[in-house]
Amino acid sequence: MTAASDVSSHAIARARWRPAEIAFWILALSCAFLFPSRYLIMTDILRLALFTLSLDLILGYAGIVSLGHAAFFGVGAYSAGLLALHGIINEPVIALVAAGLVAMVLGFLTSFLVIRGVDLTRLMVTLGIALLLEALAERFSNITGGTDGLQGIEMQPILGLFAFDMFGKTGFFYSLIVLFLLFLLARRIVNSPFGLSLRAIKNNPLRASAIGVPVNRRLIAIYTIAAFYAGIAGALFTQTTALASLDVFAFERSADLMLVLVIGGTGYLYGGLIGAVVFKMLQELFQTITPQYWLFWIGLVLVVMVLVGRERIHRWVLWVPNLVIRQLFGRKAVVAVPESDAP
Amino acid sequence: MTIALETRGLEKSFGGLRVTRDLSLKVEQGARHALIGPNGAGKTTVINLLTGVLKPNAGRILLEGNDITDLPVHKRVLRGLSRTFQINQLYADLTPLETVGLAVSERLGGGGDWWRRMGTRDDVNQEVAETLGRFHLLDVMNERTATLPYGKQRLLEIAVAIATRPRVLLLDEPAAGVPESERHDILAAVAALPRDVTVLLIEHDMDLVFSFADRISVLVNGAMLVEGPPDEVARDPQVKAVYLGEAAHA
Repeated sequence: MTAASDVSSHAIARARWRPAEIAFWILALSCAFLFPSRYLIMTDILRLALFTLSLDLILGYAGIVSLGHAAFFGVGAYSAGLLALHGIINEPVIALVAAGLVAMVLGFLTSFLVIRGVDLTRLMVTLGIALLLEALAERFSNITGGTDGLQGIEMQPILGLFAFDMFGKTGFFYSLIVLFLLFLLARRIVNSPFGLSLRAIKNNPLRASAIGVPVNRRLIAIYTIAAFYAGIAGALFTQTTALASLDVFAFERSADLMLVLVIGGTGYLYGGLIGAVVFKMLQELFQTITPQYWLFWIGLVLVVMVLVGRERIHRWVLWVPNLVIRQLFGRKAVVAVPESDAP
Repeated sequence: MTIALETRGLEKSFGGLRVTRDLSLKVEQGARHALIGPNGAGKTTVINLLTGVLKPNAGRILLEGNDITDLPVHKRVLRGLSRTFQINQLYADLTPLETVGLAVSERLGGGGDWWRRMGTRDDVNQEVAETLGRFHLLDVMNERTATLPYGKQRLLEIAVAIATRPRVLLLDEPAAGVPESERHDILAAVAALPRDVTVLLIEHDMDLVFSFADRISVLVNGAMLVEGPPDEVARDPQVKAVYLGEAAHA
């Protein structure tokens, strides 16, 4: 084998589908049939997963921290709500994309404020933008419905064929398909040269520009793409719940998002999805045990996680599945590796 | 002789401190030019000015006759001015393959491709393999950079800069901190740089400077003290007093 084909095969190997990834998506799909009575919570998880995927794109790959990602979620949510309420775009899929594009435009415009400066500046600027939008939504209550939110949204059937039902079955499959398609796109993006340049920028922006990477342009691009993702997540929220109120912009939403991503792990795309599942299940569990103090337990879990170290937890959790996979697919196959061990 | 890199009356101050004073430097095409000077002479500032990390208060910088004073860092790289760093500036989580691959992709205009998968462009693969081979990095190309021995990291540092195909290369203390056993590889790599690449070497190590350079500029307190061929500079009484005297103490 020549050195060049060696280089090529190593470079391509990173983007290859691993057995565990296929298993993950089959499992996600089979949940629809395993838990037919839990569509609403599962849809909730899918939306959160998509929203977290958006944060992972900027934080996990490009190193941009944000405490105001709800800004794009909120804009997507209200856009979808207003489009449906006023009958501007009745077909949900087209409305979904339109709402995502609105958030994308906002992401592009605000990216110029966000990419300058260091982490602390970025935290403050993103937080500020989200607060600003929340205040604006409250001020223009004639459009947004103010604290009551948008009332009386009625969703038309998807593609004119699949009506939203009260058990949330349609909503679940709709969300799952949207999440899967956007995940495929994200996977394609992060495994491209563009995605590689983002990882380089995250590792060392000084060196990235010293080899000719236009750092600012790349950061603007990924921030804009992430805003689109967050906007779609927000629009899904409105479309599957027929609600849009001020709390779509809430600081808690942005802060929770950070927790979810930290739980799942950054920089390998599945972190957001796994984090969303774990976070929602913990929330359910603790709310059942101690309805008033569930936040306390979530907080405790987080502190313990940070102290023990996510890498070690990953290794523990993946020990058994990896063992099984190695038996089935040979020594080299692994379910997943913690980000620190990944090549 | 054509001039590859030139500065005219370059000035830089931090507050009241003038760290670069009226610096005019000419580096000839294909030269092995060394810039030396005692600690605090302002060598690093000169590099940062040349590469565009810092903006000068006055003066111009010309690359092959074109004014590049106002260009951002990455545009200067694409015009053919690259550097290595005194302290490794690598991507800890990326492999040498990815590191060199990105540099090559950016130069060939494919760094922004977001739909193409990595490793699918033959011209990039060929060049990455060639560069990794030249710097003895093929055996470790798929390992995380952070886990490589220091000497390999130093080689990668130079390999990345070369992957941008510079016409002028700024080498900032290439052998700094490399253990004696791995030093030979670095020096060989530096000596084997293509002759059509103009090299400006910033160095402390006098052995390396006098074995490598065909022209030496001595920088003291931000200003040019002496410039000339190595033997002339070595004999210069001013240089002996200010620089070599101090080096003898160290």
